[in-house]
Amino acid sequence: MFARNDHMPKGSRLSLRVAVVGGVGMVLFAVLFFRLWNLQIISGDKYLAEAKNNRTHEFKVIAPRGDILDRNGEVLVDNRTSLALQLNPQKLPGDAAEERAELTRLGGLAHMSLRQVRRTIEEGEEVAAGAPVTLRRDVGFDLVAYVEENQDEFPGVAVQRVFVRHYPDGSRAAHILGSVGEIDEEELKEPQYKALEPGDEIGQAGAEYTYDKFLRGDPGLTRIQVNALGQPTPGGQLVSIPPTPGDSLKLTIDGDVQTAGEAGLAARGLPGAFITMNIDNGQILAMGSNPTFDPSDLIEPSQAQVNELYRDPVLAPLVNRATEGAYPTGSTFKIITALAALENGVITPDKVVQDNGRIKVGDQPFENAGGVAHGPVELRRALQVSSDVYFYLLGLDMWETNDLQEWAHKLGIGRPAGLDLPEEGETLLPSKAWHEQFVKEGRALEDRPWSAGDNIQLATGQGDLQTNPLQMALAYAALGNGGTIPTPHVGLEVEDAAGRVLKEFEFKPQRHIHIDPGSRTAILEGLHAAAQEGEGTAVSVFGGFPIDIAGKTGTAERPGHGNQSWFAALSPYPNPRIVTIATVEEGGYGVESAAPIVLDILEAIYNKKASAVSSGGGAE
Amino acid sequence: MNTYATRTRNSRPEPFAVRVGIAERLGLAHMDWPLTIAAVALIAFSVFVLGEATQNDIPGDPHYYLDRQAIYAGLGIVGMLLATRIDYSRFRELRVGIYTFLCASVSLVFVFGFAARGSRRAFELPLFSFQPSELGKLLLVLALAGFVIDGARRGSAVQRTVRYLCLGLAPAGLVFLQPDLGTSLVYVVATLAVMYFGGVPWTHFAVIGGALVALVAIVLVVAPAAGVPLLKGYQKERLTSFLSPHEHEGGAGYQQNQSKIATGSGQFTGRGDKATQTRLDFVPERHTDFIFAVIGERYGFMGAAFVLSLYALLFWRALRITTLSKNAYGTLVAGGIAVALLFQTFVNVGMNLGIMPITGIPLPLMSYGGSSVLATFLAIGVLQSINVQAHLSQRGRFAW
Repeated sequence: MFARNDHMPKGSRLSLRVAVVGGVGMVLFAVLFFRLWNLQIISGDKYLAEAKNNRTHEFKVIAPRGDILDRNGEVLVDNRTSLALQLNPQKLPGDAAEERAELTRLGGLAHMSLRQVRRTIEEGEEVAAGAPVTLRRDVGFDLVAYVEENQDEFPGVAVQRVFVRHYPDGSRAAHILGSVGEIDEEELKEPQYKALEPGDEIGQAGAEYTYDKFLRGDPGLTRIQVNALGQPTPGGQLVSIPPTPGDSLKLTIDGDVQTAGEAGLAARGLPGAFITMNIDNGQILAMGSNPTFDPSDLIEPSQAQVNELYRDPVLAPLVNRATEGAYPTGSTFKIITALAALENGVITPDKVVQDNGRIKVGDQPFENAGGVAHGPVELRRALQVSSDVYFYLLGLDMWETNDLQEWAHKLGIGRPAGLDLPEEGETLLPSKAWHEQFVKEGRALEDRPWSAGDNIQLATGQGDLQTNPLQMALAYAALGNGGTIPTPHVGLEVEDAAGRVLKEFEFKPQRHIHIDPGSRTAILEGLHAAAQEGEGTAVSVFGGFPIDIAGKTGTAERPGHGNQSWFAALSPYPNPRIVTIATVEEGGYGVESAAPIVLDILEAIYNKKASAVSSGGGAE
Repeated sequence: MNTYATRTRNSRPEPFAVRVGIAERLGLAHMDWPLTIAAVALIAFSVFVLGEATQNDIPGDPHYYLDRQAIYAGLGIVGMLLATRIDYSRFRELRVGIYTFLCASVSLVFVFGFAARGSRRAFELPLFSFQPSELGKLLLVLALAGFVIDGARRGSAVQRTVRYLCLGLAPAGLVFLQPDLGTSLVYVVATLAVMYFGGVPWTHFAVIGGALVALVAIVLVVAPAAGVPLLKGYQKERLTSFLSPHEHEGGAGYQQNQSKIATGSGQFTGRGDKATQTRLDFVPERHTDFIFAVIGERYGFMGAAFVLSLYALLFWRALRITTLSKNAYGTLVAGGIAVALLFQTFVNVGMNLGIMPITGIPLPLMSYGGSSVLATFLAIGVLQSINVQAHLSQRGRFAW
């Protein structure tokens, strides 16, 4: 031990120890200098960016969504402002008991329990930390006054104006308009929603979905400087960009026609659908489905209350039966069979066939509806009176070829229609290839080859065929315009708030089919006769309609259901511009349910009432 | 001018027995000037930084911290000058009294102290709150160095080592219980430093080092696993979160992250009044534990490196004094103070730069706080006294 009382311990051992401490000190200071250099000089840029990011708080200013108008400028959807009770959780009292008391008082105002209030705040914080949380929408002015008068009791509580989708006519055109809702996690990953954040509203269905980017608008931004608690610092407003409201979307829909179609459909009291479309450019003038829904019911938070009804799998009000239905079409399919037969030289328009009311193929009998014998019929009359036997024979003639399926496919049956709405359902055009695959997969009820009977069924729109009014509208459109398959759509143009057109949507025809003018004329003559001449199947409905039309009834046998009623019309005859299709589930004969709906629509389009009908038409 | 020139000592015989200059009277003549300059520069910078960075902290009183730190600085400098004039060797004789006072004062906090953030560390006095454990660092060094010198011949080497350890760890334990983990660590380090300069064999330090490693392992890993947490949750988090600050971004790692961002964002020249991290409350405790981050952000690498250099100077001069001391007691005291200053500086700055855990150790002469400023100046005064005494003894003069 070298430490001696009052002696200078100057030995080499002390020097060593001092040197060691000095060395350690040098190393430690070197570490600090090196670290300082690393933080400030090497990584300084990064930390400066982080610091800048730290100190600013951005508040989004929601942009009102654009209106949706019909083709005449009538408002179908706009926004209403709603008073929302909002809470900024960061301004709650720090004291736990005080906070609890305030939240309890708030719950009383919002008709929520303390637990519900806390959960709502937590959820809001997860979505967008630091942003105010909406506790309830559509609060009354009395509550606003109460909160403002008692601001001391409610620190951090504010009543904010927010925009809520408003549907002036309730359920009108609901399936076309669609609905809006908060973006979910999956959607956030999609490229078209790249710029969005949790809590933003987007179109979830219908035109709101397809034309979302025009309707959505750009949120505004207020960027302020804040301290670590997120509180604005004095004079700290850095940027303020007002929101850009969404543009208005004008639809091809005609509100009056839409109303007429919906009223006509609703009057039947049965599930069904209609569509009416310009056959030259594909503009849909009206489209509806029954049962329907009120899109405002889908706006949070009332959604839970209506879920039960809206999720009913049988009534399925949210399903657009015009585009998502899957039905056999009955005799409305006969124009396709006729076109296939004529174009492939199976028949000529004037070839006469003896209709004895039934034929037998192998052991299988095929009968006209009600077993009526129409006698000798050529194409025109076969369509007018809807001779099944005539078309059974065509189906039989074409069963070994794929001609019928080829034509149906060309005309748009069993394939996507190219509609500008997200709702398009699965459909099925039965063919030999499909049947064999179906059997191979073991899904068929009986293991048998594709038969003449299958093709005979298809020739009259029966059997396994599953299609919808939209696809039928395309097939009729091609017949009406001489072979062009238009692109069906509801979007017409985008307008700014002042009504200036910003963008016109252009939907080019999807394809052209060569149809012999003679074939077309013969079929249209037959359809005109069916609708408005003598023994035509729909004369009882259209006989007194002042505009000449071509129309076809259909009565489809649907397994497990009553007969499905169909009617398809091209008007005006002989140079049609508009196709109108209606179908009613379990609606009986085509003339019973679907034809009157088509009449209602045509009356609205042409503004002419049908006069009383003198002559009665036959059933098909 | 001429009259003064003719009054110099060499040109004329003194009229009185001894003619002492004013510098000599104040004991300034043999002060270590670089040490003094470093200390005064640091406290001046501290006052300046506090004045710049805390204007909006106390509403309606922009100079709250500035004024108080300036007063503490003034008191501290006076205290340093007074300590310079006292022969530190007297403390050796008073070691038992000093030690008793130390233990009593850090214990009394449990009875009379007021609690700040869950720990009782200070007495509430009329002007400021006095934190006895700060002064205790110096007292421990003074007393323990006395015990080491005095007990140098008693007992075996192992017995002595154990005795010193017990003497040092008792007050450290009391401070730990306040709880004030950081200051108790300073006590431990100061104890080891005094023992080190007192000649405790290297082998003993090796054993102590091994025991420390085992202790850390037990406190942080074994005891919690056995269901007996010795550290409070926040203490453990603070100690370990610097290893993975991003995992603790919201909690214990928050301060460290914000402090790193603050320092880094200062880059080379600093952000001055455009500083946001330390001006807008992102860095907590910015006037005390995290004041180095304020310097880093406001004055950049230039300012921070300058301050670090002052600490290096301070440490160098303090260490140098250990070799000059006229007696072993002075060597031990100077060594204890030097190492304690180095430890506090390194841990605090390291904590600000994210390479050391958050332990709540103030930065000497920079962090706001009267107890720390006063105690540090007194310690520097003791260093000065050792330096002065060394010079006086070499001249064969007797200090008064």
